[in-house]
Amino acid sequence: MTGAFLEVRDLHVDFPTDDGTVHAVAGASFSVSPGSTMAIVGESGSGKSVTAQAIMGLLNPRAAQVSGHVFLNGTDLLECEPDDVRRMRGSVMSMIFQDPLSSLHPFYRIGDQLVEAVRVHQNVSKSQARDMAIDGLRRVGIPAPERRVDDYPHQLSGGMRQRVMIAMALINGPDLLIADEPTTALDVTVQAQIIDLMMELQEQTGTTMVVITHDLGVVAEMAKDVCVMYGGRIVEHGSTDDIYYRTSMPYTQGLLSSVPRLDEVRSERLDPIPGNPPSLIRLPSGCVFHPRCRERSRVEDDLCRTLEPELLEVSPGHTARCHLVDGTGGAP
Amino acid sequence: MTDIVRVTDLRVHFPVKSRGVFPRTIGQVKAVDGVSLHIGAGETLGLVGESGCGKSTTGRAILRLLPITSGRVEIEGTDITDLSRRQMRPRRREAQMIFQDPYNALNPRQTVGSIIAAPFRIQKVDPPGGVRAAVRDLMDRVGLNPEHVNRYPNEFSGGQRQRIGIARAIALQPRLIVCDEPVSALDVSIQAQILNLLSTLQEEFQLSYLFIAHDLAVVRHIAQRVAVMYLGSIVEVASREDIYSHPLHPYTYALMSAIPVPDPHLQAERQRIVLRGDPPSPVDPPTGCTFHTRCHIAQERCRTEIPVLRDMGGGHEVACHFPLTDLSATAT
Repeated sequence: MTGAFLEVRDLHVDFPTDDGTVHAVAGASFSVSPGSTMAIVGESGSGKSVTAQAIMGLLNPRAAQVSGHVFLNGTDLLECEPDDVRRMRGSVMSMIFQDPLSSLHPFYRIGDQLVEAVRVHQNVSKSQARDMAIDGLRRVGIPAPERRVDDYPHQLSGGMRQRVMIAMALINGPDLLIADEPTTALDVTVQAQIIDLMMELQEQTGTTMVVITHDLGVVAEMAKDVCVMYGGRIVEHGSTDDIYYRTSMPYTQGLLSSVPRLDEVRSERLDPIPGNPPSLIRLPSGCVFHPRCRERSRVEDDLCRTLEPELLEVSPGHTARCHLVDGTGGAP
Repeated sequence: MTDIVRVTDLRVHFPVKSRGVFPRTIGQVKAVDGVSLHIGAGETLGLVGESGCGKSTTGRAILRLLPITSGRVEIEGTDITDLSRRQMRPRRREAQMIFQDPYNALNPRQTVGSIIAAPFRIQKVDPPGGVRAAVRDLMDRVGLNPEHVNRYPNEFSGGQRQRIGIARAIALQPRLIVCDEPVSALDVSIQAQILNLLSTLQEEFQLSYLFIAHDLAVVRHIAQRVAVMYLGSIVEVASREDIYSHPLHPYTYALMSAIPVPDPHLQAERQRIVLRGDPPSPVDPPTGCTFHTRCHIAQERCRTEIPVLRDMGGGHEVACHFPLTDLSATAT
């Protein structure tokens, strides 16, 4: 696909363990066009974070078997030498993590950590790098950055620490930013600040973003395109409107109807998805979602149990992994 | 409706000690500072607020799990504020707790059966039919397979562990359960299952819940009345209908507007108030109204005069000098 800045093609990640192989990601493919925001949504164990780590080259090759292709601006990262990927990490692509306290070194001043991030990738003097660090802190809305630059991480609040993480991720002007649950550890009022900040900075810099989250509200606010993951697979993929208003996969439907909503009183009972997410070692046969699926009875010949559905096109740009999608635009 | 719990002017202050060999008390963290509330039989009161606002401390103080600085706590008409540990023990049958983290709330070395039977052992209660039968019945009620009675907590998923915690809490048929963020550690699809279970049990046993949560959407779903806390005090309390359709306190409004709604079109149209900064420190709270430092409609009076909770009609109480009259006025 041309015009895609990031393209992931048939990504597989397996972790061999004593109990069997964990198939964390099984054949994920998606692409993100330059300057846009893609959200990957899913519950714990759906493979969303592992997908991000595979893109960034953060998986330990001794623990994980990664195959497939990750094209960043045309270069296949999985074919690159580890040293080349290391040079790109933090400069061309960078990442924000969920927990800003454990992502910052507790013994170093935040300024020193920012300076290090600059000097690893750019040939500038210490004082220049320090100026860049102060400037970076100012851009993410930290008050009095000239003073704050000498603070230790524990002296900052959770929201401020996440701002520092964002400053660090953006300090070398990356083209791709992956945010793994960037606001999950924060209070809602601070979450709103951080979301606003990320969207504002994206507008200024044109950075391509991949946001990984379980919060369908955050997705609705930030993303243009959405991948829904379940059991290591992408089960539905489309524009935000496709996913929210023309939902075609029963799992996505289940997720949307089980969220308690602020804007409407739902009937006294929520409508949860029955059962638990599958084990990634012993995945169900056929469609990975079939043991929890309510629409299963509508498919003939028990196909859901025996045959894994392909990602089928619902409409241009909108695909769903379900036997009920007939590939001609019919939604279940 | 008779009140199961009545709390009057509850204060929980923690001393701040100086360092050194002879530590002196140099200040007070006013975690809870003058909270009054009541919960009727079979009613759920939602207690919401950001981290550090004192909502969990309030819940624990009501169960006498923390020393109470001043104020009064009555459970079923009995003043329990000054009871000794020994006097308190039989009273604990009436009030139980469900914790946020189902991983740390269960002893990993005890079987599920032993965990759920603990209340019977401690209170020396002999249920009709014996403890073993009672445990199996409880497991069945909360949706666990009674055959798993000899398994250990690590063999269960997060949602199932929360069910174990719930079974333990309802074992002695208490009148009140303090639920401290019972679903915030769970995935969306599992969260809905647990919320439904809590509703079922409430109907069955006429339970009262103090439901502590930071997620206003979850609270909207489960609580009949909602109290909003900020920096140790309740700033607004009202029925679910009133508080969600016309919040009167600017903090409540900001808190609600900060939560993204899982509906992209609606989310784009919503008017939001993004609060600046973080909540102030409870060691040195602001003068006057504690919210004035972040309030978008604060005036001179708010800086000097502490607002008290007053009834604005129909039991809708608010602690604000300038309560919002209608929503359009707040959009500016």
